Amino acid sequence: MEGVSQKPVEQRTSVTICFAGDSGDGMQVTGSQFTSTSALAGNDLATLPDFPAEIRAPAGTRAGVSGFQIQISSEDIFTPGDAPEVLIAMNPAALVTNLGRLRPAGTVIVNVDKFTQADLDKADLKSNPLDDGTVEGYLVIPVKLSTLTKDAVAPFGLGAKESDRCKNFFALGIAYWLYNRDFEYTRNYIRAKFKEPYLSANLAAMQAGWNYALTMELLQRSFAVAPAKLTPGTYRNITGNEALAIGLVTGTQKAGLRLFFGSYPITPASDILHSLARYKNYNVTTFQAEDEIAAACSAIGASYGGALGMTATSGPGLALKGEALGLAVMTELPLVVIDVQRGGPSTGLPTKTEQADLNIAVFGRNGECPMPVIAACTPSDCFDIAFEAVRLALRFMGPVMVLTDGYLANGSEPWLLPDVDSIPSIPSRRTTEHNNPGGQLLPYKRDAESLARPWIVPGTPGLEHRIGGLEKAENTGNVSYDPQNHERMIHLRQQKVDALAEVIPLAEAFGDDHGVLVVGWGSTFGSIRQAVLSARLDGKAVAHLHLRHLNPFPKNLGEVLRRYDRVIVPEMNLGQLSRMLRADFLVNAQSLTKVQGQPFKISEIRAAIDDVVAKEG
Amino acid sequence: MSHPTESPMGLEAPVTEDPPQLTKKDFMSDQTIRWCPGCGDYSILSQTQTVLAELGLPREQVAIVSGIGCSSRFPYYMNTYGFHTIHGRAPAVATGLKCVNPDLSVWMITGDGDALSIGGNHFIHLLRRNVDLQILLFNNRIYGLTKGQYSPTSEVGKKTKSTPMGSVDHPFDPVQLALGAGATFIARSADVLVKELRDVLKAAYYHKGSSFVEIYQNCNIFNDLAFEDLVARKVRDDRLIFLEHGKPMTFGVKDAPKGIRLHNLQLEVIDLASGEFTEADCIVHDKHNPLLVGMLARMQPPHFPVPMGVLYETLRPCYEEGFNQQVTDAVEKQGPGDLKKLIHGSQSWTVK
Repeated sequence: MEGVSQKPVEQRTSVTICFAGDSGDGMQVTGSQFTSTSALAGNDLATLPDFPAEIRAPAGTRAGVSGFQIQISSEDIFTPGDAPEVLIAMNPAALVTNLGRLRPAGTVIVNVDKFTQADLDKADLKSNPLDDGTVEGYLVIPVKLSTLTKDAVAPFGLGAKESDRCKNFFALGIAYWLYNRDFEYTRNYIRAKFKEPYLSANLAAMQAGWNYALTMELLQRSFAVAPAKLTPGTYRNITGNEALAIGLVTGTQKAGLRLFFGSYPITPASDILHSLARYKNYNVTTFQAEDEIAAACSAIGASYGGALGMTATSGPGLALKGEALGLAVMTELPLVVIDVQRGGPSTGLPTKTEQADLNIAVFGRNGECPMPVIAACTPSDCFDIAFEAVRLALRFMGPVMVLTDGYLANGSEPWLLPDVDSIPSIPSRRTTEHNNPGGQLLPYKRDAESLARPWIVPGTPGLEHRIGGLEKAENTGNVSYDPQNHERMIHLRQQKVDALAEVIPLAEAFGDDHGVLVVGWGSTFGSIRQAVLSARLDGKAVAHLHLRHLNPFPKNLGEVLRRYDRVIVPEMNLGQLSRMLRADFLVNAQSLTKVQGQPFKISEIRAAIDDVVAKEG
Repeated sequence: MSHPTESPMGLEAPVTEDPPQLTKKDFMSDQTIRWCPGCGDYSILSQTQTVLAELGLPREQVAIVSGIGCSSRFPYYMNTYGFHTIHGRAPAVATGLKCVNPDLSVWMITGDGDALSIGGNHFIHLLRRNVDLQILLFNNRIYGLTKGQYSPTSEVGKKTKSTPMGSVDHPFDPVQLALGAGATFIARSADVLVKELRDVLKAAYYHKGSSFVEIYQNCNIFNDLAFEDLVARKVRDDRLIFLEHGKPMTFGVKDAPKGIRLHNLQLEVIDLASGEFTEADCIVHDKHNPLLVGMLARMQPPHFPVPMGVLYETLRPCYEEGFNQQVTDAVEKQGPGDLKKLIHGSQSWTVK
């Protein structure tokens, strides 16, 4: 701590803060620094980075606003918070696009240097929101952030533009004072990241921001958030994409296989490729393909060659990979396919979150082409789901689809690290044994339980055989146009997927065993859980069931659903899971939908629960 | 695997410990061949089986990867490993396979529609990466399996089921396309040129890198005799020129020998019978010279003979070598991966 705060410190269980500025203002850096510092201080936390698709939209415009919201808490939390209580806005566009999220009477720290007529014009504002009543009801703290930063970094001889670039660290200094955070983590970050004179300038800007907040009359108090009482163990802060990459590496290492990752860059999945490209010493190879189709096909070729092929993409890329996935289903080769969902259709909202690819994941290929589909529910769960994908793909010999989304991919939370030695190893179907000694090799002869075929890798003497996308004769794998055989093979491929229900966890609802059941999947976990917790505190009979396995479903799912009077299914789509539940189990699942590129708020789900309970009387 | 004999590009001589002597028959699968009777594919299949046996390749070390089309049924007829993939995507599948299993001898079978139309993107990227495999493009200038539409190598004006008034598309020249895409080995042959085709396939095998072979192939059902005016026994000596590295470029029937000379920075056909020119005036084929290959690739009938044999060869690092070297380097530099380190990262903390 850089000296003792002179003003009173108020203890809080949780606070939510939002940094917003131009996409060139470094708000993502500011947010990540605040996150890591809070994580190291022992808080539970959840983050929501929210940035534009354009790398640098015209400066000062609403389109270019980049935000980072974080909730830190001394208790277990599941979401980045419904409404921030502090908004740090670097310009008018950042102010007006984020003000609506601020809670009533919240605090706005504004860089008033960026409120000239020209700045207002860029943000398409007819009048100054600081004077025209827009910010009425909020506590507005005007700070000459640009000027103060310029003065603070004056000794280091930076140009005007370069000086201005230090202002995110000035803002971070204010936030660190406000929440009584330590500088150490960020100081090390600056030292590692910048060369002189930028290193000294950024350090000076952060210190100046802190000093300014300390001496400023307008900030009446600072806040302290005690460390959370988390489950004992070792933690790190992790984003979904990073957790996923580590899970994929762990899975292939535990299977003793090489990981081949074929991918074509696409937002918001590219970070998986970036992470894996750094892990080559873990027997990981990455192939940046010429397109999405080649990414999937190269992974299939690699699996044919004895590695575990994987590919990751987002919605538009998944549409392109469809035919290749059919080939993996037909040739029964293991493959892991990751879809980090974003707003669709078409190019849609590349940097925003959505869950509208469930249909294409489960059904989106030509022919009867079943694939297991699993979905992560929190950033750290991406590790477990990636490991699960490897396990399932190697067990049943075929492609497994993993769904995450932009919110999970870029959001972060503390991750209770698993004990490496207690992670089980994963068996594969690799074989060099002839399965019909004295007779013809049977490359499509199936394991009795899983119905998986053997995995025979080219190079194995005596087991030469041919595979391909044409229909296979049972057992021999020879091309067959026989009608009865085709029907038999269609059923076998379906039964292979269905058989996985025997090796996945049963569905288990959290909360009451009667009343209202809220069923979710994917990144809505946090909002649903918190809404259900709050409703139960208010005495309502509510439960939460979160599905991680979407195809096949847990085998007791129908039975669990039928225990409840009402079933609500919140989804960031127009009801794709609810339609599957209705079709499979004939339950009156009621869909709650939101497709705004933003996650559900706890209050939105709570309102739906209350509404259903009220109707029940 | 190591190459059994010394390659023209100076690759290392093989270490062969008396490999079992396989015959052509060993490379024939038990599946009934379903190409139309009289199809040029039969000859290409037969020459390939012969060549693989002559090269002394163990069957398990050979993987045939194909796309979709008549030619792409090829793997089913080879008693080796084989993968009949999807339309146009064989280059991507073969790349993944070769990257993780670099000891395999990978042969990619494709056609003019598969490689140059639906798979055009993968085709050029395979060549630029220079993955060490052989690409056999069966060019019949027509879509056969879909029953007779024009292809990206069909000539302008081609009348087909989909172009009753004639095609208005300008065709690709596969050799020029391969050259532009950075291919390190480019050769051409034809289904009926039995001996020459075998020689070219062997040369392709010996080349380290992506070896591209365009093979003129007759589709006797939908585009019969498409190459007849070039490859027919009666005319081929005059309409084709068989290139040999380091030899002067001569061609023509016995009584009317001709040659190619470089004159005013252009190739031209010279008459070697009249006494005005001799073989010494002919340009010597240098397969390592990309400028010369550029000119050879543009030689078109009726003014020029069509070049056959190995047009171009150069050496460049293969993709899969660099790809796998990075894993070796990473292990050397950072040590073998330690999962605990990976999971813990650099910023973890403990809650008691």
